[in-house]
Amino acid sequence: MYSETQILKEASAGDIDGGELVINVGPQHPATHGVLHLVITLQGETIKKIEPHLGYIHRSIEKMCESLSYRQFIYVTSRMDYLSAHINNHACALCVEKGLQVEVPPRAKVIRVLMDELTRIASHELWLGAMAMDLGAFTPFFYAFREREAINEIMEETCGARLTMNYMVPGGVMFDLHPNFQKKVKAFITQFKKKVVEFDDLVTNNIIFQNRMKGIGVLSKEDAISYGCTGPVARASGVHCDIRKIYPYEIYDQLEFDEITESAGDSFARYMVRVREMHQSAKIIEQLIDNIPEGDYQAKTKAVLKLPKGEFYSRVETARGELGVYIVSEGGTTPYRIKFRSPGFSNLSALDHIARGGKIGDLMATMGTLDLVIPDIDR
Amino acid sequence: MAFIKQYISEVFGAVRSLWKGMRTTGRYFVRPKEIITQQYPDNRDTLVLPERFRGEVVMPHDENNEHACTGCTACELACPNGTIKIITKFDITPEGKKKKALDTFIYHLELCTMCNLCIEACPTDAIKMAKNFEHSVYDRSKLTKRLNKPGSKIREGIE
Ligand code: SF4
Ligand code: SF4
Repeated sequence: MYSETQILKEASAGDIDGGELVINVGPQHPATHGVLHLVITLQGETIKKIEPHLGYIHRSIEKMCESLSYRQFIYVTSRMDYLSAHINNHACALCVEKGLQVEVPPRAKVIRVLMDELTRIASHELWLGAMAMDLGAFTPFFYAFREREAINEIMEETCGARLTMNYMVPGGVMFDLHPNFQKKVKAFITQFKKKVVEFDDLVTNNIIFQNRMKGIGVLSKEDAISYGCTGPVARASGVHCDIRKIYPYEIYDQLEFDEITESAGDSFARYMVRVREMHQSAKIIEQLIDNIPEGDYQAKTKAVLKLPKGEFYSRVETARGELGVYIVSEGGTTPYRIKFRSPGFSNLSALDHIARGGKIGDLMATMGTLDLVIPDIDR
Repeated sequence: MAFIKQYISEVFGAVRSLWKGMRTTGRYFVRPKEIITQQYPDNRDTLVLPERFRGEVVMPHDENNEHACTGCTACELACPNGTIKIITKFDITPEGKKKKALDTFIYHLELCTMCNLCIEACPTDAIKMAKNFEHSVYDRSKLTKRLNKPGSKIREGIE
């Protein structure tokens, strides 16, 4: 382990005549999209080693949750992977419901799935824009944000907030859908389908872009499994790991959608998995938007929630991979221990392995396609 | 030779795909109406926020300077951040009985995460979310607010 002074010393002492050079990317670096600190050992332009340093945005969320009640702790999880805030809240709500053994009304289930999939599209859109920007294409960022803005507006209208919604509560959702919801979502889907081809023209089919992505940062299927990668990162290496398919929650088992996998395992495969996943999410939304059942949007629960003594685990598929919520209850009103298994942490652990031997210029493509959200890695 | 051929065709392919992308950009350049950028804060007058927008906790008062808060502290208990502090007092009812009532409702805007849990917890709908979102001030103490107006009292008939 390096100490900060050691890192600085080595960084300044690195000689340029063939020796090893240690450079710091971050903690404040535009390409890391957050306060991630990578200590990179270089030989010339070739990466010898990458050591991620964490802890810059550690808020001890798990510890905080131990002093919050089962209603209160959910809102904190919006601050982990803030781009999948709904899905994080969903995972917590599912875990508490498992302990309370409440049945969620069908309407709430459909609303939750709709919100999850909208979040997934929004998250992938943002990633797409940021990813292209990392590689030097500035314009796609604005195109991606246009689509994302439409989703944010839908969220704002129904949930009251744009990013940290805190909309899922134990037993259902906090409010009913806004009367405009269906109309706006349909308009969004139409717009999304029309405009998504623009990305193909701007980014996907661009040969320069493809050359920078193909064969870069290859992660084999075995490594993806052994590093515990999940989500689009693992699926790009051919691992079947979509929680919505293998351990369906809510109503995912009744829906028709494909689990997207690629086999190449390189940056372009990871890129394609996310782009194609957006279409699948749109497909799910289309199936549900006209079939939202009537009824309650929240099951009746007690004012003070008490989980029985025991251990509860639930998992969901966020935009970045598998999020697991593990609650140990002693029978009181607050959890005894909470553990979050966040997708970003495991995906980051593969970075050293897949970037080793590559060029420093390719690191941005590799890191960008891992889709790291730093507050999720560093809770 | 084959290498040069491939190289040249790659260059042309790159230029072609670049041109394709530029065409999309150019299409928007000549159709400024399709651009959706909004100029904040110039659009303040036309900005419409949805009614559920969570900006700040407020306590509505009616024209008689009356609110609906009983001082039950349910919101204080529901808040995960210790944002709300309720100070209660004892009113003497006309029958001469002591009755708990709200004295001061202290709200720390700087600690609030707009999670809406207090609003959900309130049994009398005495507080609600306002749409104001421009909260920056020069002095931090200005963010600590008293929500019940001076001299206000509880509305008749609310238990
Ligand atoms: S909105 Fe949330 S954080 Fe703010 S006062 Fe209410 S309960 Fe507390
Ligand atoms: S605002 Fe509502 S919950 Fe809070 S003390 Fe007053 S009546 Fe009780």
